[in-house]
Amino acid sequence: MGTKVAPPRRGGLLRSLTRALPLAPAVVLLLLFLAGPIAYCAYIAFTDLQLTGQAHSSFVGLDNFRTAFKDDAFRNAVWLTLVFTVLSSLVGQNTLGLALASLMQRASKPVRTLVGGIVITAWVLPEVVAGFLLYAFFRREGTLNAILDWLHLPSQNWMFTLPILAVSFANVWRGTAFSMLVYSAALNEIPKEITEAAEVDGAGGWRRLWHITLPMIRRSIGTNLMLNTLQTLSVFGLIWVMTRGGPGNRSQTLPLFMYEQAFQKSMIGYGTAVALLLLVVGSLFSVVYMRLLRTEV
Amino acid sequence: MALSTRGTPFRSRRTGRRLAADAGLLALAAAFALPLAWVVLSALDAHAGLTVKVPDGVTLANFDAVLKPDITFTPMLNSLILCGGGTLLTVVCAALAAYPLSRFRSRLNRPFLLTILFATSLPITAIMVPVYALFVRVNLIDTMQGTIFFFAASQLPFAIWLMKNFMDGVPKELEEAAWTDGASSFQSLVRIVLPLMGPGVAVVTVFSFVMMWGNFFVPFMLLLTPDQMPASVSINEFFGNRGMVVYGQLAAFSVIYSTPVLLLYVLIARRLGGGFALGGAVKG
Repeated sequence: MGTKVAPPRRGGLLRSLTRALPLAPAVVLLLLFLAGPIAYCAYIAFTDLQLTGQAHSSFVGLDNFRTAFKDDAFRNAVWLTLVFTVLSSLVGQNTLGLALASLMQRASKPVRTLVGGIVITAWVLPEVVAGFLLYAFFRREGTLNAILDWLHLPSQNWMFTLPILAVSFANVWRGTAFSMLVYSAALNEIPKEITEAAEVDGAGGWRRLWHITLPMIRRSIGTNLMLNTLQTLSVFGLIWVMTRGGPGNRSQTLPLFMYEQAFQKSMIGYGTAVALLLLVVGSLFSVVYMRLLRTEV
Repeated sequence: MALSTRGTPFRSRRTGRRLAADAGLLALAAAFALPLAWVVLSALDAHAGLTVKVPDGVTLANFDAVLKPDITFTPMLNSLILCGGGTLLTVVCAALAAYPLSRFRSRLNRPFLLTILFATSLPITAIMVPVYALFVRVNLIDTMQGTIFFFAASQLPFAIWLMKNFMDGVPKELEEAAWTDGASSFQSLVRIVLPLMGPGVAVVTVFSFVMMWGNFFVPFMLLLTPDQMPASVSINEFFGNRGMVVYGQLAAFSVIYSTPVLLLYVLIARRLGGGFALGGAVKG
C-alpha cells in the first residue's frame, strides 16, 4: 500500500483502487441510505402505493402529478411555500442578517458579542424548542399580544388570523443568524480603504451600500440566498409544532402537505410525487448554488 | 495640529455612529431575546403561562417535576445513542473518505466532490416519505440502528466536504516523511493527519452532533415505539397525552434538552463563526 506519491504508471489501476478504498464506507452509506431512497422516491412517485395493502401497488404513470396540479390543496401548499420562502428567507433572514452584520461592523465590542450571542442562540436551539418558543410568543395569551396591549394597540389571535406570517416570522427568528455570520465574514473582507475613500468623497450611507458594499459581496449574497432558500424549503418541525399546518390548511407548506397525503391519508404514492417535485426544485437551486461556487473545487 | 483639528470631528462622528449602531443592535436583540427570556423565566416559575413575566419567586419545582426517567432521562439517553452513534459513523466515514480526496489526485475526485456538494444542499425533508416506505420493506423501521444509518448518511455529504477542506490544510510533506519510513496511508492518516487537524475534526463532530440532536423529522418518521423516542420527538408529549399543558415544565424540559447543544456550540463557535463560516461551503 501507500508508497511515495508518483505519477500514475501502467498497472496503476490496482493502486488507484487501493487508494480509493477508504471512500468505500462513505459511498456504501450514501448509496444505500441517500441515493437509494431518492431513486425509490422517483419510482414510487409514479405508482399508487398506499399504506394499507403494500403488496399490490401498480404503476400509474403521471397520474399523481396530474392529480396534484388539479388539487386545490396542493396549489394552496405551493402558494404557501412560496409565501413562506419569500417572506422568511429572501426578505427576512437575508435583509435582517445583512442589517445585523453591517451594524455590527460599527458597534462596540461588548454589544456585538451580546447581540451575536442572542441571535446565534436562537439558531442553535433545537427546531422543536424554537417552535415552542415562538408558539408561546404568538399565542392569544402570548408575549406579542401582551406587548400590543401595553402599547394600546389591537391584539389578535395571530396563529388564527395570520398563521403563515407567524411561521414565517418564526423562521426568520430562527434562521437569521446564518445570514448574519455569512455577511459578517463577507463584510470583514472588504478593505477598509475603499469604504473610507468613498466616505471622504462624500458618499452617504445608502450610496455606499448600493454602489460599494453590495457589489463587493454579491457572491456571498448569491450563496446565502441559495442556502437560505434550500433550508426554508425543507422546514417541517417548526411549522408542525406551531400550527400543524392549520388552521385548516392555511400554513400547510409542501413538506406538511406531503406528510398529510402520505400518512394521514395513506397515499404514499401521491405524497411521494409531491416529495419528488420538492426534490426537483431543491436540485435546481442546488445546481445554481454549485455554479456560484464553481471555482471552489 | 492640522491633523488633530481634522481628526476631532471625524472621531466624534464615528462615536456617534457607534452609539447609533449599538442602539439599533440592542433593539433588534431585544426582539430576538423575548422568546428566549420566556423559556428561561417560565422554567423557574411555579405559575408559568405563555407570557414573558418575571416569576414571583424562583423555584426549581419544574425541573424536579420533569427530571424523571420517563420524561427526561430515557428520551435524553435515546437522543445520546442516536446522535452519538450517528456522529461516530459520520466522522469515521468522513475522515476515511476525505483522505484520498485530499491526498491523491484522481480523475474521479472532482465529480465525486461535486456530487457531494450537490447532495449537501438537497432538501432531505423531501425524501422522508420514500425512506419510510423503504425502511418498512427492509425491516429497518422503528430500529435505532436504521435511524442511526440514515442520520449518518444525511450528514455525510457536508461532513466529507468540511473534513476535506480541513485536511487540505495539513501539509503533505509531514506524511511523505512517514511514508518513506514505511508507514501505510492508514497509519499516516491516524497518527499524523488527524492529530494535526484536531480542531477540524472537533468542528465536524460537534456540528454533526448538533444537527442530529435538533432534528425532529427523521426520528419522528422512522421510530414508532415511545420508549425509543429521542427528546426532539418526546417533547411533543407535553402537548398531546398529558392533558393540560404545564408550561413551566415544558420550559424546564426545553432548557434541559437545549443545554448540551448550546454548550457544544460554544466550544466550536470561534471556528464556525470566524471568517471561515462553515468550512468553505458558504465561501463566496
